Amino acid sequence: MTINKIEHPVKKVAIIVAKGSIEDVYAGLVMANGAVMEGIECKLFFTFFGLDAITKKRQDNLKTGTVGNPAMRMPGGLPFPTLLGILPGVEAGVSYMMKSQMAALDIPPVSEFLEMIVDGGGEVYACKLAFDMFKLKREDLWDQVKDVITVGKFYELAAGEGSQIIFT
Amino acid sequence: MATKNYAGVNVTVTEEGYLTDASQWNKDIATEIAREEGIELTPKHFEVLEYLRAQHAKGVTLTIRSVGNSGITDVKGLYILFPAGPLKKSSRIAGIPKPTSCV
Repeated sequence: MTINKIEHPVKKVAIIVAKGSIEDVYAGLVMANGAVMEGIECKLFFTFFGLDAITKKRQDNLKTGTVGNPAMRMPGGLPFPTLLGILPGVEAGVSYMMKSQMAALDIPPVSEFLEMIVDGGGEVYACKLAFDMFKLKREDLWDQVKDVITVGKFYELAAGEGSQIIFT
Repeated sequence: MATKNYAGVNVTVTEEGYLTDASQWNKDIATEIAREEGIELTPKHFEVLEYLRAQHAKGVTLTIRSVGNSGITDVKGLYILFPAGPLKKSSRIAGIPKPTSCV
């Protein structure tokens, strides 16, 4: 912006997504997309279960965990009993609801969201260690993943004045 | 709130330079605001601006995605037309308020 000048603006963000549930992945994607929308350089680094978000077969089929989340609520606002979460179909139902609520806010599916980030100049990377550990192949990954990189390389990419590393 | 003169017209703008009254906008004003942002407007830019204004008039919350699906340009094209902050810059040039959406 030309009128309001921030003294030490964030110029670059390197965002690490290490978990694969809907809300964990979207937290990273919203931050990343928000960055490119503001003209901030953005690198996304997916590791461990976060790799699901850039695995073609899984990325648009993420789930929200329905056990062990004390913040989970029923649609009316009552607490969501953990025991209910173990029933078959409940996780799928809750995940469907999460996705439809987000779609209502014009938040796209994971693959399209990633595409928006890349279209805005963002870059998407996979962690080599987790990639090897999960025995993935390059063709398993979303086509626009720029590279499979080491932690050292990630820090190199994250370097620079006004750069921030965000672990979601 | 401040008053600024664009293309010979006095308009009121917010601290961040967004017009406070979208009806004060015209194409010459847009051209001058765009220059402040380092953008030379082409007919394609104006198509986007008209779209934004029409959506704003309908009370729609604008997102990058909605503009990308407008049929005028895609998301990538929008970033090329209005680099480094496409939704904010295009909204400012279109004379509508600063976007409030996170996507």
